[in-house]
Amino acid sequence: MSIFDSTTLKAAGIAQGPVAAAAETRTKIIEATQAAEDAVLSPRDPGAFPHDLRAALAARLATAGGEPALAERYLDKAGAMVALADPARDGVAEGFGTVVAFFDKAANRTRDIAAEDISSLQAEGIADADIVRLCELCAFMAYQLRVVAGLRLMKGEAA
Amino acid sequence: MSRIVHKFTRKVPHWQPRVTPVDLQEATEEQLDALQVTPSNTKVSDYVLTLAHDVESLKVRSPLFNAIMYDPGGMSRAERELGAIGASMVNRCIYCAAVHADRHAKLEKDTAVTDELFAKGEKADLSPRNRAIFDFARKLSESPVDAAPEDMAKLREAGLSDEEILDLILSAALFGWANRLMHVLGDPVRQEVPA
Repeated sequence: MSIFDSTTLKAAGIAQGPVAAAAETRTKIIEATQAAEDAVLSPRDPGAFPHDLRAALAARLATAGGEPALAERYLDKAGAMVALADPARDGVAEGFGTVVAFFDKAANRTRDIAAEDISSLQAEGIADADIVRLCELCAFMAYQLRVVAGLRLMKGEAA
Repeated sequence: MSRIVHKFTRKVPHWQPRVTPVDLQEATEEQLDALQVTPSNTKVSDYVLTLAHDVESLKVRSPLFNAIMYDPGGMSRAERELGAIGASMVNRCIYCAAVHADRHAKLEKDTAVTDELFAKGEKADLSPRNRAIFDFARKLSESPVDAAPEDMAKLREAGLSDEEILDLILSAALFGWANRLMHVLGDPVRQEVPA
């Protein structure tokens, strides 16, 4: 697969020109970014968070982060969980209130996270392995969003 | 006894997980492979053992991390560290900020830049090039939409090439990731010596 078919470069609209040339000098990094996306969005062992739920949360973060083109790519895979992709919904009706509240805070108010945020997930019966999985999804999306936003700025194009 | 570190420092604290790390004795083959445990290397940090709960992510993350921070060409290693420090200060990841401020000081053989940053934050007195780099990393970290065309223009005015700007985007963004593991899943602590 060409790096220009990766989610990150597609969502940023990078196909040719000087930004594309710079990206080609970091082919290994763009490929590893795609491998990381596959590992957090569609892992072989999804634990408590099936692929459609992961896609919905990824779309939620991309929408809240002002990257609609990136959000669109994940929305397509959100299936029955699509309601959670809307940043205005709290996930309570879908039974994911605590998970969504934690995900939003870890993504958008990272500095405010404290030990109680982790213990509130544990109190809901969420296993430690699943807490790590949720953090990896959130953390990867924070990275990808910023790479897309940065590349778009480099290209001289507003979101 | 240990106490949580709340202030930025170059003295790297100990990292204490908020969840129970994987027990090396009970690790699966896949986890051992991702942890790169060999008979001669059986010392694995609590941080890596915590991340081993999501072994598929751990396996792909380390090569990505190393490529962004250390691959030759593009931006200097010290300037990539400055991108990492900008993100870590925004997210108040005391542990990441300490590790990367320490690396920055060692690479530069000078603590002036990180002393200034930890003392004055975004009001730090920096060279025009460091100022442009730090401000871009800080804004991209606050929110992806906070970095604006003016910030990109300042990077170009400061003389950064496209390759260097790409490396800055990657290093600042990578710490958006690392901070959300380090700062969220554990506490930076110092062991207190009983009086």
